[in-house]
Amino acid sequence: MSLLRPPSKSLFRPEKGIDQSPLIEYRDLVEKIERRNFLKGSLTLGALSMLTGCDVTETAQVQTALRAVSTWNDHAQELIFRPNHLAPTYDPSQVLKPPRFNAHYEVEDVKPVDAMTWRLELFGLIGDKQPWTATRMFSLPEQTMIIRHICIEGWDYIGEWSGVNLRAFLQTVGADLNAKYVAFQCADGYTESLDMATALHPQTMLALKYAGEVLPDPFGYPLRLRTATKVGFKNAKWVTALEVTNEFQQTYYSKEGFNWFSGI
Amino acid sequence: MSQAHIDAPPTVATGRVRQLHPLPIRVMHWINALTIFIMIGSGWKIYDDDPIFGWLQFADFLTIGRWAQHGLQWHFFGMWILAANGLTYLIYGLRTGRFHRMLFPISLRQLLGNISDALHFRLAHDDPTQYNMVQRLLYLGVIGAGIAIVVSGLAIWKPIQFSGLVWLLGGFQTARLIHFLCMSAIFGFVLVHVTLALLVPHTIVTMLSGGPRIDPARSSQGPAPEIDTSI
Repeated sequence: MSLLRPPSKSLFRPEKGIDQSPLIEYRDLVEKIERRNFLKGSLTLGALSMLTGCDVTETAQVQTALRAVSTWNDHAQELIFRPNHLAPTYDPSQVLKPPRFNAHYEVEDVKPVDAMTWRLELFGLIGDKQPWTATRMFSLPEQTMIIRHICIEGWDYIGEWSGVNLRAFLQTVGADLNAKYVAFQCADGYTESLDMATALHPQTMLALKYAGEVLPDPFGYPLRLRTATKVGFKNAKWVTALEVTNEFQQTYYSKEGFNWFSGI
Repeated sequence: MSQAHIDAPPTVATGRVRQLHPLPIRVMHWINALTIFIMIGSGWKIYDDDPIFGWLQFADFLTIGRWAQHGLQWHFFGMWILAANGLTYLIYGLRTGRFHRMLFPISLRQLLGNISDALHFRLAHDDPTQYNMVQRLLYLGVIGAGIAIVVSGLAIWKPIQFSGLVWLLGGFQTARLIHFLCMSAIFGFVLVHVTLALLVPHTIVTMLSGGPRIDPARSSQGPAPEIDTSI
């Protein structure tokens, strides 16, 4: 049983859900567009996927099979992962300032977190679960790494991150380092989880600074996860809760069908 | 099916009479055909999320998967089949001597002659057991592109775990570009390969039936065997 609270409703989603009325209003048009695409598709290589039921990827059986392969890929990546292999690091002159923003919403929709009231709450297999204030987090020994951020989409940049080494933090709070996962919750409702091997990697940290400055709001102020061995979306921003657990938890993007492990 | 050489016993003890395309080759060929379809279609979906070239995007109806994650799901499924099938093919081709027999030697003089013939529409296709120089180079080239696309794919799939490989390939974005260029080469090959196969349909039948039986004693430069025209 998970000790984390259920994810709080995201600040960025409308209360009543998304208004479906335009879709109903323009149903004819939407269907016409789809029919036209179907005709086009039937003349192409894509025809094969369309003839077997519009979009083979979307059928429940295909999704079940593909997600089973994705779980298998998680295990394959665990085997490939080298706990002591360090990611290449770079020169301060190569650091991109400001860093590249990316989220499942636009930068204008970022809701800044008030660091005065912010707390990092701790759950699960942790000895001392007292919540941490931002001031206390900033008082911990700092680590800096200049590493490449690689997005699953294919773009990348070099960034300089400073903060608290996650392994050191987990030791400080008396976490069970033999547990399987470290899970995160964020102020915007985002969820993320890491395998313990990645959480204990020397280049995994709770980042507080970018390029020597306190994190700008869009990049996770006051605290975010930053690991050198995962694709970009695994690096949760605006972290508000951390749980050490043996129970696997799906994450915001793994629920959407992205690979959970997503190591690089 | 070809019966032309079925009653001809092997003339040497070192090999047995085998078909032009033995069963393992045919199985691997068609697995590969399906896998290339999956990998290119899903790869285009992934590419579209962050195009390398601003002027090039693949229309949705050409790609596999509704959203990026579905493209990724298909790609990370197909890659295992592509790699396993490709590795089996390479080991098979080297161990059985098929590569040596079918793809070598390469003669520059014959190559120029073949190109000239092709430009004059004089290419002979009556003997499917012998690849001309253009065919040999194309098959060698696509095998090379196949190896390079798996290696560059490994580099961009796990750029930190295989950081040495990324460095050898000239960096992450260069590895990504190499992956894309290998896809382009393979896609170009597929277009030519499928077009020519459709123009000379008995080659497709041969890849299903196995084709004529070949006397292993015959060297690759030897006279062409008699072909049963019923295939």
